[in-house]
Amino acid sequence: MDQATAFVIEPRHAARQRLGEQIFRGATLTAAVLVLVLLGGVTIALIKGAWPALSHFKLQFLTREIWNPVTEKFGALAAIYGTLVTSAIAMAVAIPLSFGISIFLTELCPAWLKRPVGVAVELLAAVPSIIFGIWGLFVFAPILQRHVQPWLIAHLGVLPGIGALFQGPPFGIGILTASLVLAIMVLPFIASVMRDVFETVPDVLRESAYGLGATTWEVIWKVVLPYSRTGVVGGIMLGLGRALGETMAVTFVIGNAHRVSTSLLAPGTTISASIANEFTEAVGDLYTSSLIALGVLLFLITFAVISAARLMLRRLDRKALASV
Amino acid sequence: MSLASVQRVMVAAAAVALTGLVHAADISGAGATFPYPIYSKWADAYKTQTGTGLNYQSIGSGGGIKQIKAKTVTFGASDMPLKPDELKASGLVQFPMIIGGVVPVVNIKGIGPGQLTLDGATLAAIYLGDIKTWNDPAIRKLNPKLALPATAIAPVYRSDGSGTNFLFTDYLSKQSPKFKDNIGAATSVQWPVGIGAKGNEGLANQATQTDGAIGYVEFAYAKQNKMANVLLINQAHKAVAPSAASFQAAASNADWTHADGYYLILTDQAGANSWPITGASFILVYSNPPDPAATGEALKFFAWAYKNGTQMAADLDYVPLPPALIKQVEATWKTSITAHGAPVWK
Amino acid sequence: MTRRFSRKVTNIVALALSVGATGVGLLFLGAILYTLLKNGFAGMSLHLFTQMTPPPGAAGGLLNAIFGSAMMTLIGIAVGAPLGVLAGTYLAEYGGNSKLSAVIRFVNDVLLSAPSIIVGLFVYQIVVVPMGHFSAIAGALALAVIAIPVTVRTTEDMLRLVPQGMKDASTALGAYPWRTTLSVIYPAARSGILTGLLLAIARVSGETAPLLFTALNNQFWSKDLNAPIANLPVVIYQFAQSPYPEWQQLAWSGALLITLTILALSIFARIVVSALQPARRS
Repeated sequence: MDQATAFVIEPRHAARQRLGEQIFRGATLTAAVLVLVLLGGVTIALIKGAWPALSHFKLQFLTREIWNPVTEKFGALAAIYGTLVTSAIAMAVAIPLSFGISIFLTELCPAWLKRPVGVAVELLAAVPSIIFGIWGLFVFAPILQRHVQPWLIAHLGVLPGIGALFQGPPFGIGILTASLVLAIMVLPFIASVMRDVFETVPDVLRESAYGLGATTWEVIWKVVLPYSRTGVVGGIMLGLGRALGETMAVTFVIGNAHRVSTSLLAPGTTISASIANEFTEAVGDLYTSSLIALGVLLFLITFAVISAARLMLRRLDRKALASV
Repeated sequence: MSLASVQRVMVAAAAVALTGLVHAADISGAGATFPYPIYSKWADAYKTQTGTGLNYQSIGSGGGIKQIKAKTVTFGASDMPLKPDELKASGLVQFPMIIGGVVPVVNIKGIGPGQLTLDGATLAAIYLGDIKTWNDPAIRKLNPKLALPATAIAPVYRSDGSGTNFLFTDYLSKQSPKFKDNIGAATSVQWPVGIGAKGNEGLANQATQTDGAIGYVEFAYAKQNKMANVLLINQAHKAVAPSAASFQAAASNADWTHADGYYLILTDQAGANSWPITGASFILVYSNPPDPAATGEALKFFAWAYKNGTQMAADLDYVPLPPALIKQVEATWKTSITAHGAPVWK
Repeated sequence: MTRRFSRKVTNIVALALSVGATGVGLLFLGAILYTLLKNGFAGMSLHLFTQMTPPPGAAGGLLNAIFGSAMMTLIGIAVGAPLGVLAGTYLAEYGGNSKLSAVIRFVNDVLLSAPSIIVGLFVYQIVVVPMGHFSAIAGALALAVIAIPVTVRTTEDMLRLVPQGMKDASTALGAYPWRTTLSVIYPAARSGILTGLLLAIARVSGETAPLLFTALNNQFWSKDLNAPIANLPVVIYQFAQSPYPEWQQLAWSGALLITLTILALSIFARIVVSALQPARRS
């Protein structure tokens, strides 16, 4: 492009262009600031709704397990515990599985199988979460109750230490069931992102490693994964965000008990499940406010997770730059 | 397709959708989930017959009370009646509409429908966690001829707030002071033992899957799923089975004439054939309605339902009000619901 | 064991595990889909699209629910997508790496991952409570709030992919940034933006929680924005938990409908991307 042959705009056109620029720039800026306003609005509206409960119970709200609508004493401990534990177990199950699936799809899969399996994984992501809940209740939980849980209680429940995790009668529903259903739910999201990100790794990097004699696994672990770690972390965070906030899949199978138990086979509750179950029937301002306060807590937890993810990504990037 | 034309299409479609601002229903109501099936069936038939629509939102008793107090619906519906002073303070009039029953069901090997007998105190002890196995002496005393296994009892409760919970906990509170002190009666309580299941379906499913389970469901559901219901010993010390007849017996034995604001909870009523966990579902309207025309239409619907809805109710295993009670309610309408001095319903 | 041998073993074990993982994933997918298809197809008929949701014990369809969902999705996207596209444009074209842009991107990520039930509570507080009643417009706004962060993210990503050379060429011709954006960048990124739109639609189609406290449900046909409206997710939620076989059947069929719609949108989005975008080989 020859800079010398610059296009000359006539003055009246220029004025119109400038006005157009102001309008357009203003519009985009407004829309962008709207995102901030939206978050601010959500935060303010939630805190306003939660204020009666938070000011009444103060810090005890976070540390007490009691949830009694009759005496109007509420504490979020059971809900927080359930949310964190189910999400943690779900991620512990889903991340390795997703990793395996994306490795299969990118490295091992023959070309004719790639499309169908890829579509199959996406199909799982398209299923509405309420289906997971219903399927979990009517199909998965009975299987767990009749075959899996008795085995766990008999063989793992008797071991010292981790035995405490597998106590109690086999109900079929409970924290473990909810965690597994969650894991199946977030699996396709993480797997899709990992697969997409693995595919963006330039072939030349892979070929170089193979040329040096690396096995397939070593290429994946030492070349592909480090290259795509930002995307992988992003995918995991996406899955974690979904797991923390998931309502429908969990509500049907969590057992809905506002109790903290050491056993994974016991019923529990999560923040979303409590809100969904009880909000429309809640009578009394303190009860409603306590449920909204649970929402505030969930929002804070999600916020903390995303911030931690970003920090971790920044540290990874800095380390990579430093090692260059 | 460029972005601009995509946007143009979207705007046009939105405009088309927005032009359809037709008010479909004149009567709006909100509240209890317990009577939702029968209200929606009546509404459907009423619309076919008269053309007037009724939009009933089953958001729960609490929601119904909230909405009617906020004057955003024509009537509210609640399984838990409001106390007379609360009615007066809000300017509301309350009356019963339909009756149903809550039925304990069990899943014990070898025990079929109508075989196990329990009483309120034992039931409360089970849900308090004091009775832990099915062959407990307290249960065996009530069932001398039944072979009860040593299976652990797995109590199942409703995790979502519901009128069914209210009726069940109210009955247990009446029968057990310990239950009343520790748990109390409400649409949602803190249960010390057992697992929570969502909705009647969830509870029944959990009960049928878990060996040794006990739960409580609306009668309609127990009947349609052929669950093993329990006989209860009522106030007259007779063991009764749940049925439309025993619900109606409880309702008719109740003294409605002396109930201020129809505040009467039908659990544990007197009468040889009365089912102990019967309950009425109530309607709330304003004494001086902000929209007399709409309230008048609502009352017309309720009168129609009282008169023509009995078969539909029976089909769904609900129990209509006894005729004497209907007369009493309609008299209340004439005297208590007025606009500019004249009764809204004639 | 030589290092070479142990490396080989590790390799085989790892690859076998990944095949196993895929097998497990496909197994669950198969189980869920089988249940969904078996129960959903049993109720598939023309009635689904011609009749309203019935009272218990009667046969019916899902017409009012389908219409309600479609209407709220349309309005939600019509409100949310343009805002999202404009905001994404700001971040890509004007904002750059400024402090404000960094903050907006972070906030957008938070909103993107916010549980949809929080969005439902939020819209309940600011729309339903002041209005005094549930309404279709509240539901549509809840869906818009969910759609905005998705669109912002995809738009910014897509706009950034447009080669700098095209933007420079346009500027060299004397065009202001707004002209460049409208005439050059948007058309170049149109497939990506369209994909973002489709993904946003797919995302909001399956949401139940935000509609529970905003749009609620309606037994009858309604086009009234100011009143509660029937919608597929809440209908499924209610009907699945009921003891009535006709209702349960409709719930499964409705679930199948949503699944097929979302799947079609996702596949369509992928086709659009691969067809309209130039090859990514560098």
